[in-house]
Amino acid sequence: MSVTRLLVLTWAALLLLLALTVAASFLLVGPPSLAAGIGIAAAKAALIFWVFMHLREDTGLLRVVAIAAFAWLGILFALGGLAYLG
Amino acid sequence: MTESVSPYTDRRQRHAADMMGMYLFLGTEIMLFGGLFAAMALTRLQHPAEYVAHSRELHLWIGAWNTVILLTSSLFAALAVHAAREGAGRAAARWLGATAAFGLGFLALKATEYTLEFREGLLPVTGGDGALSEPVQRLFMHLYLVSTGLHAVHLTIGICVVTGLAWRLRRAESARAIPVEITGLYWHLIDVVWVFLYPVLYLAR
Amino acid sequence: MSTTAEPPAETEEERVSYFRSGTSLRSWLLTTDHKRIAILYLLSITFFFFVGGLAAALVRADLMTPAPDLMTNEGYNRAFSLHGIIMVWFFLIPSIPNTFGNFLIPLMIGARDVAFPRLNLLSWYIYMAGGLFALATLVLGGVDTGWTFYTPLSSMYANGSVVLVATAVFVTGFSSILTGLNFIVTIHKLRCPGMTWGRLPLFIWSHYATSIILVLATPVLAITLALIAAERLFGLGVFNPALGGDPLLFQHLFWFYSHPAVYIMVLPALGVISELVAASARKPVFGYEFVAGSSIAIAVIGFLVWGHHMFVSGQSVYASAIFSFLSLVVAVPSGIKVYNWTATLWKGHIALDPPFLFAMGFIGLFVVGGLTGLVLTMLAVDVHVHDTYFVVAHFHYIMVGGTVSAFFGALHFWWPKITGRLYPLAWGRVAALLIFIGFNLTFFPQFLLGYMGMPRRYHVYPPEFQVLNVLSSSGAGVLGAAYLLPFVYLLWSLRNGAPAGPNPWGATGLEWTVASPPPEHNFAEIPEVTRPPYDYEIERHDA
Repeated sequence: MSVTRLLVLTWAALLLLLALTVAASFLLVGPPSLAAGIGIAAAKAALIFWVFMHLREDTGLLRVVAIAAFAWLGILFALGGLAYLG
Repeated sequence: MTESVSPYTDRRQRHAADMMGMYLFLGTEIMLFGGLFAAMALTRLQHPAEYVAHSRELHLWIGAWNTVILLTSSLFAALAVHAAREGAGRAAARWLGATAAFGLGFLALKATEYTLEFREGLLPVTGGDGALSEPVQRLFMHLYLVSTGLHAVHLTIGICVVTGLAWRLRRAESARAIPVEITGLYWHLIDVVWVFLYPVLYLAR
Repeated sequence: MSTTAEPPAETEEERVSYFRSGTSLRSWLLTTDHKRIAILYLLSITFFFFVGGLAAALVRADLMTPAPDLMTNEGYNRAFSLHGIIMVWFFLIPSIPNTFGNFLIPLMIGARDVAFPRLNLLSWYIYMAGGLFALATLVLGGVDTGWTFYTPLSSMYANGSVVLVATAVFVTGFSSILTGLNFIVTIHKLRCPGMTWGRLPLFIWSHYATSIILVLATPVLAITLALIAAERLFGLGVFNPALGGDPLLFQHLFWFYSHPAVYIMVLPALGVISELVAASARKPVFGYEFVAGSSIAIAVIGFLVWGHHMFVSGQSVYASAIFSFLSLVVAVPSGIKVYNWTATLWKGHIALDPPFLFAMGFIGLFVVGGLTGLVLTMLAVDVHVHDTYFVVAHFHYIMVGGTVSAFFGALHFWWPKITGRLYPLAWGRVAALLIFIGFNLTFFPQFLLGYMGMPRRYHVYPPEFQVLNVLSSSGAGVLGAAYLLPFVYLLWSLRNGAPAGPNPWGATGLEWTVASPPPEHNFAEIPEVTRPPYDYEIERHDA
């Protein structure tokens, strides 16, 4: 697959995911709606990082650097959430 | 003044360092917006019904179209990187120009949306907050304004950088790929931030 | 090492050193040489150290008597707030990384400079811009929020220049971020041939760990301070319960940065002590891999413990229990370091030189600070001593007894490398001893005060606390004089000290293979490393 084709396909997939998340907002309420919204956003972000930002061609080190901040935000949300929910 | 000496021994080493530095910088941007997302999450946790009700007052379709515009601009940025890697400077400049144009389009639509909200009395600014009746609604709109505003500031910086780069490459027969790649990474991250802002703000149900 | 009566002439090394590569002000202000930038930082943080120290002197002077006789309540609040803000963000956080880290990291890994030399200079300018905001706050009367800026005090009730000082810290945060980013990329990408991860000096490992925290934690502080400013300026509401917000969110976001920030302050110090201990014992560091790994472990686990600042804030008790457990866990890697330093010293050939004395002082104070931290980690005990002088004493043992001792240790160890001159060792020993004595006299009584129930941040107290407070204040006098002493003999050595030669301590490490002071571009040829770190084996067999 040529690079241009891959990029355009990725773009199409992103638009499809956008349509999905908008549709989900009309169909779901409450926690499932939140899960769908965040889940689809994560999928879109993953596509952007993997293809547009070339993580698929990069070394393992660079992949770790790229996602480290997300992992650290996970700490903030997990332990912070615990302090409110527990 | 002392001549600055290059700390690098070869080009590949320099490329790797630049990419790593940029990804680390993007990490700091993720953490910066992360604090705002934490505030939004807590607001939703403590006032679930109000949060959803006020999310419904936002212009869902304007947000959706803006997502389309921004995702498309990201495609153009990726194509610009591809062109630069192939050594096609002028093609890269054209794609960068298209990227910046779509970025401007996003800002224009966003400005229209702010204007509408101002007229509807939903913006928590002087003169535009007539319809804001209860505290959580004001808090929600504040968070909306701060986070989309901070995103717009980042996008504006992105547009300036992309335009400058396109201008420099406009007559280039070849192109050094690194500046285009680095700029592209920044642009994509602004896109990723919006990808999360959209469902969190507009689609809470 | 001795000094001569006549000021020695300029050496050949000095003529070609980084110090003489340009003499104009412009050559300093526009330099991209990591060594010169380190000197710029050294001068700037020394200035802020004295500003913060002056505020501390005011606080301690007021506490000499139970009555509020020196300052008004408002004035006292502003003095301790200023002391905290200046010391944390304008001295402690940049102290070791931005001076010794900047100077030594490229030299230690065999590089000509950091990965992004111009970014490095920009980082200094950003720091200075933040510093100007902080000084402007000082001139305009300061703030009374304490260095922690707790809401709703800072967002709704405080009268001082909160937005201005938040701007100062916000701006200087970007300097931290750029420095951390630069160090990570430098350590990853610019190691010379043969300088594998297993051969890196432990100073480098600890700076690597520090940089991870700088990059990942500082942006959260930035957005939190921006929200405080927005709260004050526009009534944002995110920290205001009357508007649907939550003041506790501030504490979570603030400590998500500020607890790791404690490790930003102490990790570089731990790296310095590893170097000092190995060079003093003339032995390889015992359990090198564990000392290196413990730095990374501290950086990561340090992000998981912030809730131990909030045991009495009303957060969930389950969360408190988990934060308490994780805080005990973070003591393990710190303990590993202390045990391994001790094992390194065992049967070492120790000379009682100033770097060794500073390292010993550090270890003692760090252990006391660390163990009292464990006391505070216990949920039930923390309720008793929360917000008392016990807490104040605990964190001063880590941040002042630990980090500042290590800073002076580093200054005494690498001064000959940085300046090319030797200082009088006897005076260095006196200073190390005086700092240790003065420090304990200042802060040990505060443990007792806190345990007896004296709250922090009050300047009026019951008369029965006066003896301990007077002890503490006189200790502060000794400590202040002890901090001034090195400035006298170190500055004296610049002109009168004997030339140091490349390796006055007989230490290992690439920084000791170049001339003192180092030449402008560090290495004429990029070196190649073939031996393990701290390769003191030969000396050991000779003895």
